[in-house]
Amino acid sequence: MAVTNMGYGNMVKRKSKKSPLLKNMLWAFCVGGAICTVGQALADLFKQYGLSLLDASSATSITLIFLGAFLTGVNIFDKIAKHAGAGTLVPITGFANSIVAPALEFKSEGFVLGMSAKMFTIAGPVLVFGIASSVVYGLILWIFRLF
Amino acid sequence: MGVLPFRAVWYGADPLRKKGRTSRFRREGMVINMEFVKAFVVGGLFCVVGQILIDKTRLTPARILVIFVTAGVVLTAVGVYQPIVDFAGAGATVPLTGFGYALAKGVVKGIAEHGLVGVFTGGVTGTSGGIAAAIFFGYLIALIFKPSDKS
Repeated sequence: MAVTNMGYGNMVKRKSKKSPLLKNMLWAFCVGGAICTVGQALADLFKQYGLSLLDASSATSITLIFLGAFLTGVNIFDKIAKHAGAGTLVPITGFANSIVAPALEFKSEGFVLGMSAKMFTIAGPVLVFGIASSVVYGLILWIFRLF
Repeated sequence: MGVLPFRAVWYGADPLRKKGRTSRFRREGMVINMEFVKAFVVGGLFCVVGQILIDKTRLTPARILVIFVTAGVVLTAVGVYQPIVDFAGAGATVPLTGFGYALAKGVVKGIAEHGLVGVFTGGVTGTSGGIAAAIFFGYLIALIFKPSDKS
C-alpha cells in the first residue's frame, strides 16, 4: 500500500470531516424510521382490536413511552442512542428516556426531591413550551371565532 | 392493513418452477404494505432533521425536543401538519412534532366543545394519555431499576 504519511493524514481528515454527519443521518433515519414503523404496526393492531383512531393513537404513544422507559431502565436505550442520535431522541421514546435517565441518575437524592423533581429536567421545558404554545394557539383561535 | 410490514412470498421452494418459466408464485412477488413504508420514510426524515440540528448547531437535546414540540403546534396551527399525518400516520405522530400536533388538535376540539375553557383544557386533554404514561412509567421504571455505572 503506497500511502504516504501525509497522504494518509489528508485521507483521514477528509473522511472524518465528511462521514460523521452522513453516517449519523443514516443511523438517525433508519432507527427513527424503524421506531415509527413499530408505532404504525401498534396503531394498526389497536385499531384491529376495535379502538377508535384517536384512542389507538393514544395507546400507541403509551406503549412506545413504556418501551422507551423500560429500555432506559435496563440500559439498552443508551447503547442504541449512542449510534442512533436523533433517531431515538426525536420519537416519543426520546421523551420517555429524558424522564427516566435523570430520575435514575438522581435516585440517591431521594424519592421526592431526587427522582420526582429531576425527572422533569428535560420533560418540564418540553411541557412548558408545548402546552404554552397550544394555549397561545387556542387564544388566537378563540378570538378569531368571536368575529 | 396487516400487522406485518410486508407479505412475504417464498421464492426458494417454488414447486412450479421450471427452466425459463415463471410460475404463478413468482409473479405475485412481494407486496409491501405502503403504510409502513410511508411511516418509516417520513418518521426517518423527521429524525434526520433532528440529527442535522444536533451536528450542525450547538443545540442541546433538551432544546431540540422543545423545538420539535413547539414546531408541531405551529405547523398544525398553520395547517401544514395534518396533511403529513394523513399521509404518513405514525411517521408523523410518533416523532415529538406529533406531540405538538396532538396538543394543537386537542385545543381545537376543546374550543369547539367548551369555548374559552377549552383553550386551557384542550391541549392537555388531547395528550393526557402520553403525559400520564410518561410520568407513571418514568417514575416506576426509575424506582425498579438501578442507575448504570456510567452515571
